[in-house]
Amino acid sequence: MESLMIVLVGILVTVATYLILSRSVIRVIVGTAILSHAVHLLLLTVGGLKKGSVPLLGQAAAPFTDALPQALILTAIVISFAVTAFLLVLAYRMYLMNGTDDLEELGGSSDE
Amino acid sequence: MIVTLSIVLPFIAAALIPFIYRYFKNIHLGWFVLVVPVVLFSFLATYIPRVANGEVFVKTFEWIPSFGINITTYLDGLSMIFSLLITGVGSLVILYSIFYLSTKESLHHFYCYLLLFMGAMLGVVLSDNLMVLYVFWELTSVSSFLLIAFWHHRKASRAGARKAMTITVSGGVAMLAGFLMLYVASGTFSIREIVANLEVVQSSVYFVPAMCLVLLGAFTKSAQFPFHIWLPDAMEAPTPVSAYLHSATMVKAGIYLVARTTPIFGGHEVWFWAVSGVGLLTLFWGSFNAVKQFDLKALLAYSTISQLGLIMCLFGLGSAALHSGYSTESVIYTQATFAALFHLINHSTFKGALFMMVGIVDHEVGTRDIRRLGGLMSLMPFTFTIAVIGSASMAGLPPFNGFLSKEMFFTATLKITELDLFSLNSIGVLFPIIAWVASIFTFIYCVIIVMRTFFGKIQPDRLEKPPHEAPFGMLISPYILVAFVVGIFIFPNVLGHYILSPAMASIYPMFPSVEDMTPHIAAWHGHINPELIMTAGVIIIGVLLYRVLKKWRPIYQLIPPSFTLNALYERVITSGEDVSGRVTNRYMNGNLTYYFVYIYVFFVALLAGYMIYADAFSWDPSKDSVIEPYELVLVFVMIMAAVAIIFAKQRITVVLLNGVLGYSVAFFFVVFRAPDLALTQLVVESVTTALFLLSFKYLPKLKNEYLPKSWRFAKVTISIAVGATVTLIGLAVMNYDRFEPISKYFEDSYNLAGGQNIVNTILGDFRAFDTMLEVVVLFIAGLGIYTLIKLKAKKGDADVESK
Repeated sequence: MESLMIVLVGILVTVATYLILSRSVIRVIVGTAILSHAVHLLLLTVGGLKKGSVPLLGQAAAPFTDALPQALILTAIVISFAVTAFLLVLAYRMYLMNGTDDLEELGGSSDE
Repeated sequence: MIVTLSIVLPFIAAALIPFIYRYFKNIHLGWFVLVVPVVLFSFLATYIPRVANGEVFVKTFEWIPSFGINITTYLDGLSMIFSLLITGVGSLVILYSIFYLSTKESLHHFYCYLLLFMGAMLGVVLSDNLMVLYVFWELTSVSSFLLIAFWHHRKASRAGARKAMTITVSGGVAMLAGFLMLYVASGTFSIREIVANLEVVQSSVYFVPAMCLVLLGAFTKSAQFPFHIWLPDAMEAPTPVSAYLHSATMVKAGIYLVARTTPIFGGHEVWFWAVSGVGLLTLFWGSFNAVKQFDLKALLAYSTISQLGLIMCLFGLGSAALHSGYSTESVIYTQATFAALFHLINHSTFKGALFMMVGIVDHEVGTRDIRRLGGLMSLMPFTFTIAVIGSASMAGLPPFNGFLSKEMFFTATLKITELDLFSLNSIGVLFPIIAWVASIFTFIYCVIIVMRTFFGKIQPDRLEKPPHEAPFGMLISPYILVAFVVGIFIFPNVLGHYILSPAMASIYPMFPSVEDMTPHIAAWHGHINPELIMTAGVIIIGVLLYRVLKKWRPIYQLIPPSFTLNALYERVITSGEDVSGRVTNRYMNGNLTYYFVYIYVFFVALLAGYMIYADAFSWDPSKDSVIEPYELVLVFVMIMAAVAIIFAKQRITVVLLNGVLGYSVAFFFVVFRAPDLALTQLVVESVTTALFLLSFKYLPKLKNEYLPKSWRFAKVTISIAVGATVTLIGLAVMNYDRFEPISKYFEDSYNLAGGQNIVNTILGDFRAFDTMLEVVVLFIAGLGIYTLIKLKAKKGDADVESK
C-alpha cells in the first residue's frame, strides 16, 4: 500500500508541477493546491499506514497509529487553505490592476 | 570588568543621544558627548603605572563558548597606547567639533556615528578574540562609511564613502578568512593562546596564506599602497572626522593588527618583506603624491598615507628581530618597533593638530585650495603657529617630537642593511635610500603647507569669507596637541618608559627583558652621526627642490590619468555593475514561469543528483501493508482526476476535479486512521471549492495555451522529473527506521495533557506554540486578503503602481 501511495504522490506532484508551469494564474493556483494534497499524503505515508488503531485513547486499543504526522498535516491543511485563499485574492487584484491573468503578458515588464 | 565597560560605554551613550538631543535643544550636543571620551581617558590613564609594571588585565564573558567565541577584553601595553589615542584624540576632536559644527547640522547623527566608531575602535584594540575583533573591525568600517557620507547630499561624499567601504570591507573579509585559517591551525580564536602555541601554528600549511590574508586586511585599513586610494576621497568627511578617523585612529587599526600579530608571524621572510616593503613603497608614493595636491586636506591625506607607510615599514623592520630569537644582536632590531610605536603617537599629535589647522582655515576663509590661499600669517597668527609647529614636526625638524622618531627611523633603516638575513645585504641598501628620498618629499610638502597658506600675497577676492582668527574654543584642541608635540620632544623618555616599553613587551612576549628593548631617546647623541647628516641633507635638498618646484612639477603629468589606480578602481566598479546588471536581467526576466523552472531544475538536480551520486535509492516493499480493493479504486480515481485536470478546457472542470482530489484525500485519511484530518479536509475542501467558484466571477475564463512544441516538451520533462524525484525519495525514506519514533511520548497524553485525542493534545498542548503561530499565519493571510480587496489606489498613486 505504501509504495502505491508514493507512486500516487509522485503522479500528483507531476500534475501539480505541470499546472504551476502554466501561463494562466488559475491553473497555477490549482497546481499549488494539488501540491499540498500530495505533500499531505506523502507525510502520512512515510509515517506508516494502517500500523495501528485510531489515535484516540479510550476508544481504541494500543498500538496506535503515529499521531505526530497527523498533527503536522492538520496544521498544513489549514495553512494551505490560507495560502490558496490569499493567492486567489492576489490573482483577483492582479487582474484588476493589469487586465490580464496571463503570466507571460505580466512578465517581462522592465523593473523600475 | 571596568575595561569591558569602556567598550560598552560609547555604545550606551550613542543609544542615549536621541533623547539628549530631544530634551536639551539649546546646548550643543557635543558637550554631552565630550564626557564619554574624557571619562574613559582619565580612567584608562589610571591603569598606566600598573600596565607599565607589566600587569595585564583580562576579563572573559562567554558568548558562544561552543565555538570558542568569547568576549575577552585584554588590556596590555599595546592596547593601552591605542586606547589612550582613541579616547585622548577623541576628546580633543569632540571639543573641536563643538566649535566646528553649527547646531544647524544634524548633530545627533554625527555624534551617534562618532560614538559608535569610538566604541568599535576600543573593541578592536581591547579584544583578545579574533572573531570579536573582526566584528568590531567591520563596525569601524561601517561607522567610517556613515561619517564620510555625513554630508550625503554631496555626490563626492557618497562616492568617497562607498569607495572607503568597498576597499576596507573587502580587506576585512580577507582578514576573516585569515583568522579562520589561524583557527584551523591552532584550534583557538584567542590571540594570547595562539601566541602561546606558536610552534603548532608556524608549522601549519595555513601559516603563510593566513599571514597574507591578515596583511590584506591590515593594508586596506591602513591605506597602504595600492589600497591607499580610498583615503584621499574619504576627506569629504567633516574635518573633525578626518582628524580623528582618517589620521589618528581608524587607519591605525591596520597598524595595530600588524603589531598585534607580529609575535605570530614576525620573523618570517614573507612577513618581513611584505610589511616593510609595502610600507616603504607607501611612504614614498604618499609623500611623492602629496606634493602635487592643491587641496590642503588632500595633501594631508597623502601625507597620512605616507606616514602610515613609515610606521608600517618600521614594524616590518622590527619583526626581523624575531627571526633568530632572543640575543643581544636581535635586540638592536627591536628598536625599529620602538621607533614605530613612538612615531605612531607623534604622528597622531602633529597630524591631528594639522588637520584641525586646515579645518580652521577652511572654516574661517571658506576654501582649502592653496592656489587661492596665501598671506594669512598676520591675520591668523595662532593658526599659523599650529601650522608651523605641526609641519616642522612632520618634516622631522627639531625641537619637535617628529625629529626624534624620524631619526630613529633613519637609524633603523641604516641598521637593517647590516643584517645578513632575507638577502638584505644585497638589496637592503634600498631602505635608507628610499626613506631618505621620501623624507625630502615630506619636507617639501610640509613647506608647501606653511608657505602657500600663510606667506605670499593675500587674495581677498578669491576667498569666500573675509579672513579672521578662529574663535578661542576652536584653538584649544590643536594647542593641546601642539603642547604634546613640544612636550614629547623635551621629555621623550617619560613616554618611552611608561607607554612604549610595556607595548614592546606585548610585541615581543618571548624576549625576557623589556629594559633592553627600551632605548634612551635623545635629540643629540654627542657626535655627528649618519642620521643627522641625512636630516641635514633632507633640509638642504628639500629647500632647493621647493624653490624650483615649478620646474619639475610636470613630472606629475607623466602618468596619464587613465592609468592611475583610481581609474582602475572606477573601471572595475563600473564594469562589475554593468556585467552583473546584464546577467541578472537575463535570468530575472519578470516571468514567473521561468522562476518556477529555476526552482524545479535546481531541486531535481540537487536531490536526484545526490541520490544517484550517493546511490541512496532503496526500496523494500516487504513491510508494506496489504492493498484493499476499494483503496485501489480510490487511487485510480485520483490518478484519473489528476490527469484530467491537465486536459480540462473549462475552469469549472478544473476546480471540480480538484475537489474530487481533495475529497479522495479525505477518504484516504479515513482509511488511514486519521479521523481529525478527514473532518478538517472535508470542511477545508468544501470552502476552497466555494472560494474558487466565487473568484471566477471576477477572473477571466481559461484560455487555450498555445505553446511551442519544444516548450511543451520541456514542461512535460520537468514535471515528470520532479514527480519521479519525489517518488524516489518517498520510496527511499518509506521504511526509514534509523531512529526511534518520538510518538510514544505523546501516547501518554491523558496524563501529560489531560486529553484523550492524541492529535488534539499535540496541537493544543504539546505544540501549542506552533498552533498559535499557525493562527497568526491565518490572521496575516486574512489581513492580506482584506487589504487586497479593499485597498484602492488613490488617483495620484495609480501611475506609480502601474510603472
